[in-house]
Amino acid sequence: MLFFSYFKDLVGREVTVELKNDLAIRGTLHSVDQYLNIKLENTRVVDQEKYPHLLSVRNCFIRGSVVRYVQLPPEGVDIELLHDATRREARDG
Amino acid sequence: MSWASPDEIFLSTSLASYLDKKLLVLLRDGRKLLGILRSFDQFANAVLEGACERVIVGDLYCDIPLGLYVIRGENVVLIGELDLEREELPPHMTRVSAAEIRRAQKAERDATDLKGSMRKRMEFLDLD
Repeated sequence: MLFFSYFKDLVGREVTVELKNDLAIRGTLHSVDQYLNIKLENTRVVDQEKYPHLLSVRNCFIRGSVVRYVQLPPEGVDIELLHDATRREARDG
Repeated sequence: MSWASPDEIFLSTSLASYLDKKLLVLLRDGRKLLGILRSFDQFANAVLEGACERVIVGDLYCDIPLGLYVIRGENVVLIGELDLEREELPPHMTRVSAAEIRRAQKAERDATDLKGSMRKRMEFLDLD
């Protein structure tokens, strides 16, 4: 629940999602759900030439199970808030 | 995917907004399927109507028609909405027949296998 809530607060930010198949997609975080499935808008692939089939894809749905990393802008992270939330979650179980 | 209330539909991660649209589905085995989404569920299982597989080898591509497809959600990597106003592929790519793309695929596979076997032979040298 913690990361679901965290991502909900990040809706509207530019993120780069790196998938387990090494594909990296940059876009605006549109929405996230309990499985950490992600919907991105204004997507563009980081290495466009290697993945020509994604040229006209502007919005996409990414299954949570295939995400390796979600890269965030450093100014988008309030690390203290995250730290406190984690301590609370660990305490409350 | 959670079932969203009518107010939340705009911010929802549900695939409902993709219904009846032409989509590109990337699968875990690297296949690219195109088709119109007719149904889905919470596991991202999907039904694609008029599905075709777009095979891309280098600058060559071919769309192989498949018909009505049910995709098991665990194989889904990404579902992308195709912007109809943009070109789906870069202009330098050429469309070829199914037979030719299969030949190109085989050639690419053989080249990768050859590279792999040569690398194995060199490994004993331990050059690092």
